[in-house]
Amino acid sequence: MLRWLIGGGREPQGLAEKSSVQTIGEEQIQNPYTELLVLKGHQDIVRFLVQIDDCRFASAGDDGIVFLWNAQTGEKLFELRGHTHKITAIAPFSSSDVSEEKTHLIITASADRTVIVWDCTSGRQVQKVSCFHSTVKCLTVLQRLDVWLSGGSDLCVWNRKLDLLCKTSHLTDAGISALVELPKNCVAAAVGKELIIFRLSASNNGSEGWNVLEVKRLVDHQDNILSLVSVNDLTFATGSHVGELIVWDALDWTKQTSECNFWDSSVHPDVQPEIKLSQSPNETSVQHLTSDEECVFAAVGKGIYVYNLQMKRVIACQRTAHDSSVLHIEKLPNRQLISCSEDGSVRIWELREKQQLPAEPVPTGFFNMWGFGRANKQANQAAKKMQENTPMYFLELVGDLIGHSSAVQMFLYFGELGLATCSADHLIILWKDGERESSLRSLTLFQKLAHNGDLQFKL
Amino acid sequence: MISAPDVVAFTREEELEDDLYREPPLPEEYSVPLFPFAGHGANPWAKVASSKFTRDFILISEFSEQVGPQPLLTIPDDAKVSGTFDLNYFSLRIMSVDYQASFVGHPPGSAYPKLNFVEDSKVVLGDSKEGAFAYVHHLTLYDLEARGFVRPFCMAYISADEHKIMQQFQELSTEFSKASECLKTGNRKAFANELEKKLKDLDYTRTVLHNETEVQKKANDKGYYTTQAIEKANELASVEKLIIEHQDLLRQIRSYPYRKLKESEFHPYEPERALDWADPGCDQHPAPSDPAEPGETHLYTHIPSYTPKLIKAKSAKCFDKKLKTLEELCDVYFFTQTLDQLHHIERTFRGDVCYLLTEQISRALLKQQSVTNFLFEDISFLDEKPEKQYRGCQGLGPDAMDGKCLEESLTPKVVVSLGSYKSSVECVPIKMEQEMEDSEEPKMSESVTSEPQENLDYLDADIKGSISSGESIEVLGTEKSGSGLTKSESQASLPVIPSPQAGRSKVGSRRTVSEDSIEVLSMCPSESLIPEDFKASYPSAINEEPYADNDNEHGLRFTPRLSTGVADEQDDISKQESLVQVDAACCIGKESPNFLEPLPELGQKPCEEDGVVRIPPQPYRPAEQGLRGGFPSHDGVPGGLLPYELDSRYLSGSREVSKSSLDECSDSTSYISSAASTCSDRTPSPAHPACQAAERHRKRAGQNALRFIRQYPFAHPAIYSLLSGRTLIVLGEDEAMVKKLVTALSIFVPNCGVYAKPVKHWVTSPLHLVDFQKWKLIGLQRTVSPAGVNVLHALSRYSRYLSILDADSKTLRCPLYKGTVVARLADHRTQIKRGSTYYMHVQSILTQLCSKAFLFTFCHHLHLPISEREPEESVVNRRMNFLKLQLGLANEDVKIVQYLAELLKLHYIQEPGQGGNPLLRFDYVPSFLYKI
Repeated sequence: MLRWLIGGGREPQGLAEKSSVQTIGEEQIQNPYTELLVLKGHQDIVRFLVQIDDCRFASAGDDGIVFLWNAQTGEKLFELRGHTHKITAIAPFSSSDVSEEKTHLIITASADRTVIVWDCTSGRQVQKVSCFHSTVKCLTVLQRLDVWLSGGSDLCVWNRKLDLLCKTSHLTDAGISALVELPKNCVAAAVGKELIIFRLSASNNGSEGWNVLEVKRLVDHQDNILSLVSVNDLTFATGSHVGELIVWDALDWTKQTSECNFWDSSVHPDVQPEIKLSQSPNETSVQHLTSDEECVFAAVGKGIYVYNLQMKRVIACQRTAHDSSVLHIEKLPNRQLISCSEDGSVRIWELREKQQLPAEPVPTGFFNMWGFGRANKQANQAAKKMQENTPMYFLELVGDLIGHSSAVQMFLYFGELGLATCSADHLIILWKDGERESSLRSLTLFQKLAHNGDLQFKL
Repeated sequence: MISAPDVVAFTREEELEDDLYREPPLPEEYSVPLFPFAGHGANPWAKVASSKFTRDFILISEFSEQVGPQPLLTIPDDAKVSGTFDLNYFSLRIMSVDYQASFVGHPPGSAYPKLNFVEDSKVVLGDSKEGAFAYVHHLTLYDLEARGFVRPFCMAYISADEHKIMQQFQELSTEFSKASECLKTGNRKAFANELEKKLKDLDYTRTVLHNETEVQKKANDKGYYTTQAIEKANELASVEKLIIEHQDLLRQIRSYPYRKLKESEFHPYEPERALDWADPGCDQHPAPSDPAEPGETHLYTHIPSYTPKLIKAKSAKCFDKKLKTLEELCDVYFFTQTLDQLHHIERTFRGDVCYLLTEQISRALLKQQSVTNFLFEDISFLDEKPEKQYRGCQGLGPDAMDGKCLEESLTPKVVVSLGSYKSSVECVPIKMEQEMEDSEEPKMSESVTSEPQENLDYLDADIKGSISSGESIEVLGTEKSGSGLTKSESQASLPVIPSPQAGRSKVGSRRTVSEDSIEVLSMCPSESLIPEDFKASYPSAINEEPYADNDNEHGLRFTPRLSTGVADEQDDISKQESLVQVDAACCIGKESPNFLEPLPELGQKPCEEDGVVRIPPQPYRPAEQGLRGGFPSHDGVPGGLLPYELDSRYLSGSREVSKSSLDECSDSTSYISSAASTCSDRTPSPAHPACQAAERHRKRAGQNALRFIRQYPFAHPAIYSLLSGRTLIVLGEDEAMVKKLVTALSIFVPNCGVYAKPVKHWVTSPLHLVDFQKWKLIGLQRTVSPAGVNVLHALSRYSRYLSILDADSKTLRCPLYKGTVVARLADHRTQIKRGSTYYMHVQSILTQLCSKAFLFTFCHHLHLPISEREPEESVVNRRMNFLKLQLGLANEDVKIVQYLAELLKLHYIQEPGQGGNPLLRFDYVPSFLYKI
């Protein structure tokens, strides 16, 4: 296409051939998103999207502004201004009081070393805390205990009224990069290469008092821990910069299994050595982890890997799912997986069971690896990997969403309301199912007709 | 045999733009001689023979108290326009139709001179010898230095086409009323200023005189007053009197309702206020001296500091002083506003009447399509008209009374107006009216009872210095004498004759109450009264719609909310009727019984057997009736909830027809439209100034589009892209060429809302997704620089949302199109040659598409399940069936209608206040590369 635009075959080696990324083309039958709304408002990179309730979400980014949006109409509900620097963490905090009507709060932390609590109904700032010594990099709400934690160079525990309940001593200058809630009032905090388990315990003297104790330090990772995800009540997983994936037992914090360098070319003999050279650490870092009950999905470099917990192995992968690093992935209920990347695209994958192929390993050459859009090229790799007669899977590209002109930082899946994506191009795009929207509009139309009384036959 | 269209085609000169497709010239011997007047820019149907001017123009004349009727200016201000036409002579005629005997002076029983806020009068008259017909709008301005404080003016729209004046009467009247109102507003302001200055002068004079008197008193110890002292005292008294009078005048002019003026920046025309100020005229006795509202006074009061001067008791003779010019009479601002309005009128009514009427009808019809018309029409110019029409009649509420009881009150009215007619005629010292005046006068004098005269000896009033220019019988003077106040010195020196004019002037002042439309009617009560070649024509506004019954009106409406221009007109009529009624009622029994004749105009309207002359058949009436006949079946169904069967029949039928008759259709449209365009009068030009540019644009766009569809074999998919809402990029190095293509294609782009068309003619920076949301047709620069590469990268990245027309290499990359609609829209073998014709062809097909989209959008069951349990699939099936079978759409045409329907939905559900988020809809369909 570009070659055609640039004109007359002046570039004989088309750009398409250069890219090893699987492409799907323009015909995407399974892609439901045929309508989009561009939400403008941010003036800098939009990094975070959080869902508030069924139809609202908040966005935040480097401009320090938080916007509240209606996910159905794309209407801008509130513009929350209060931070002077970029926002580093955001977390929704819904009240658990059953008796009262539900109030939705969001907590934002910023590089200006403040944390602000906002009321999503009124769009007003509820409270602001500015006693931090360093930037809060992560926020976690423990709904069960009705407290929230902020992680910076130390870990603080707050209640709903923003009283500081307790805090740890200074941990490191680098600070906590990720927090995850574990059973038995424990949290796991990623601090550099270490994983520290803290336990919250009620202090003896007061009902509101909590103590936080460091229980264990896990030092199994070789490099900085970048991602931390809770898989289920019994397990959680971590991923590091050099591409280690470790699955931990959530109760006794022992290493259940680990997959070090499972993307490494040594595991996959078909990968050519020169490709290995080109793999910088950045391309092997585990950027993001997500999971369902049986699998952990890892965004590693440009690729996506599906690690099955029971089989303790990678069951499917897409080495070059995107042109550059995958920043966020999420598993949808319908066996689909969505990934977004620095290349500005969002891709929708489907995890499919592969038909049993003849068992003999297919000699996979260079071209097979650099496949020309053949969806089932992983089959061969998978087939080689799975020597046993276990079901084999592959990730099939079912659609891509192209709209952003810069890295897509994150996305938020709203079910049938659609998909919100945020990007470094300052935009948020709401992707919607055109068919559904169309019939919704018809519904609105006839409601309005009835309301205006135009349905009556007038003489 | 050569058919008529062919002849027309060959005799027509090709347009310049047509040069590429010019056909080989016809051999000399076969060519039909050109229409002899063609060089004139005229058409074979125009009756140009007798007129001495080349095109319609507007003339402003004044009945100057010094030199009599004189033309002041013409619009356009071009000597060529009026040509050999004698403006002086014509001014004389039009000014003699209605001398605005606005009554200023002392009404009986009133102590002070009284200003009457005189209603304008509107007359149509014709001069068959000159070949000129005119709509004449008389108005009166106030001038402190003028005789009776009034300066009669008139504005006339002069045309060679009588029908035009008649058929556009209502519109002309409305437009001219605005201009007049603007002038008068400015005039009142200026008049009030003048009065204030005068008051200051008088005040100052009084002080000076008072001081002098005091000095004299002191100096005088003889115990009796010297003549000098008495003189001074008299002078002082008269100055005081003058002050009181002027204050009263100021109060009167200020009491003119003005409230609205400061709210909106300029709004001189306020029908709802007309009632208020009609009141003082209605009861003859002095207006209730309600203090001017604070808001109004404030308008007048801030006047730059003014140093008063001493006023001499004796003023200069009226002939010595220079009368104020029209510009001085009004505020400069208002004067320019008026001129703007008049230019606007001139532009609006330029061209042939057929053209104007067609334009108006199509506009009225388009206005009815309030749900769909935004798609392909320029709404901004649709919006303007209706309100104006609605304001056609001033004052009196629409609910006054039914038109049926109109006839009863006719007779008295006639008399009133006749009186006024006479009074106006006789005041004009023109010989041709002489005999008529003579014949009328005896009757008149019998009927009137003259007021007792008082001889007055006020010598000092220079206010009315102009009152007695003496050349004719002065109506005002005699009336005023009844209460005996200021008198001009010259008049005082004359013996004041107790003349019949007194009575007449009474009638005349009464007439000021009457409303415009009646004014016209009464102006020419019967043929016999009017000199042969000076016969005023009847206003058409009333005659035009005898068939406009009330039951008809409802059939036309989609819903009451979407009331139409036509309906407005009808409202106007009923308003007029009620006007007549009220008016007549308030004038009953005030006049002599000699003139009991039925009013011809109104008599004619309900019953033609009166034997009064009827307006010749009007060209547009059958057309409009046809439309009326055809319309209700199609659009008269409210809510668009047609039963399936009805429209399916209609639509499938139309499909067959349109398919079969495609070729003739295009031919005949081309013929018709070329006829229409040649029809336009001396200066064929659009009726509406706002759409003048648009019209030119259309023509050019049509021409370019025609060229595009002939040049590019892949025009169909390109047009399909536009119609289905896929942004089309025209890529090229040459800006002019790209812009031309964009212009050509812009006629196919549906509007997303009421805003401007989503077309961007020229972009040089890389495009972004937001651009595709906003624009559906973009001209893009191709450069070889690195920046240019970025532009291309962006294009290839977003290629799924785009169709790309490469103007340089003549390629197109876009989805496949296999439908039929576009083939009809853009047939490269079309016989249409003119841009405007092709534009109309496109419009007609797009309108068909719009109506299909309308049906599709508003059929409930196509989008929503009939029952709760109905599965979604069956709704989808029904929908597709409807589109394919009932609407007869094939393949991709479905997508066009779906897209249009989506736009309709968005437009309809959008709240008026908010703009709504623009959304981008797209499909994942493969694109293909087309090459020439």
